[in-house]
Amino acid sequence: MAGEKDKFQNVVKDIKRHGDTVILSLTGEIDMHCSVHVRGELLEIIQEKPAMVIIDMNEVEFMDSSGLAVLVEALQLTRRDNRVLKLVGLHPRVRSMFEISRLDNLFQIYNSQAEALS
Amino acid sequence: MNSQCKIASNQVELRMNASPQFLCIARQATNRMAQMVGLSEKDVDMVTLAVEEALANVIQHSYGGPCDEPIIMQFRQIASSHGRPARLEITVRDFGKQVDPTCIKSRDLDDIRPGGLGVHIIKSIMDEIEYSCESGGGMKLQMVKYVRE
Repeated sequence: MAGEKDKFQNVVKDIKRHGDTVILSLTGEIDMHCSVHVRGELLEIIQEKPAMVIIDMNEVEFMDSSGLAVLVEALQLTRRDNRVLKLVGLHPRVRSMFEISRLDNLFQIYNSQAEALS
Repeated sequence: MNSQCKIASNQVELRMNASPQFLCIARQATNRMAQMVGLSEKDVDMVTLAVEEALANVIQHSYGGPCDEPIIMQFRQIASSHGRPARLEITVRDFGKQVDPTCIKSRDLDDIRPGGLGVHIIKSIMDEIEYSCESGGGMKLQMVKYVRE
């Protein structure tokens, strides 16, 4: 379908590096259709073995359990290497899914990138 | 476009191919219908999530992955009657693999691992859910959300 690649690329807003920290900013709606792409980007980042991975979700308006599965896998991979993964800026409807799944206490969740970096 | 929408009084039917690219259309239809029946803003969001999870489960488990087979969704606005509150009834019908409804269960949440949360999320959000095997093949999931005053 025309524009599919663009749509996937648009879910990943940008990737920034600050020393040994990588910040992945996501945007839009993360569902079964594009979570595979997010997973691919995250696995590439994790393979670089940064000390900390921050996923900025301020602009994520919707996420289903396929997106949540990607985050759980990323968290497990980073913890296995004694590295840190933090989430930033969960929209209330996204946070609700974490709470329903009782995963809100599993992740380190911050309001802003500055707070996560400090 | 491989989806079509028709409206008859208080009922909406949406037919889509079992392909994740159409999930966004199903979400929009669910969101609008949930608003129209008067669900709260939070319930609108949650019901939309429940429907998303139901459709994703059909694509992944009933059909074994994305394909051109149909999924039929019906939304019905039902007024309060016989002591039951006004509600939104949503059915998701597929024509894929049949599973014993008693075997469709939430998984243990203490087992932290990626995936497998769809049924738990649906059950947590909706007030009533019922899976059934259909005589013409496939499954039907009926979900109900009450409109709370």
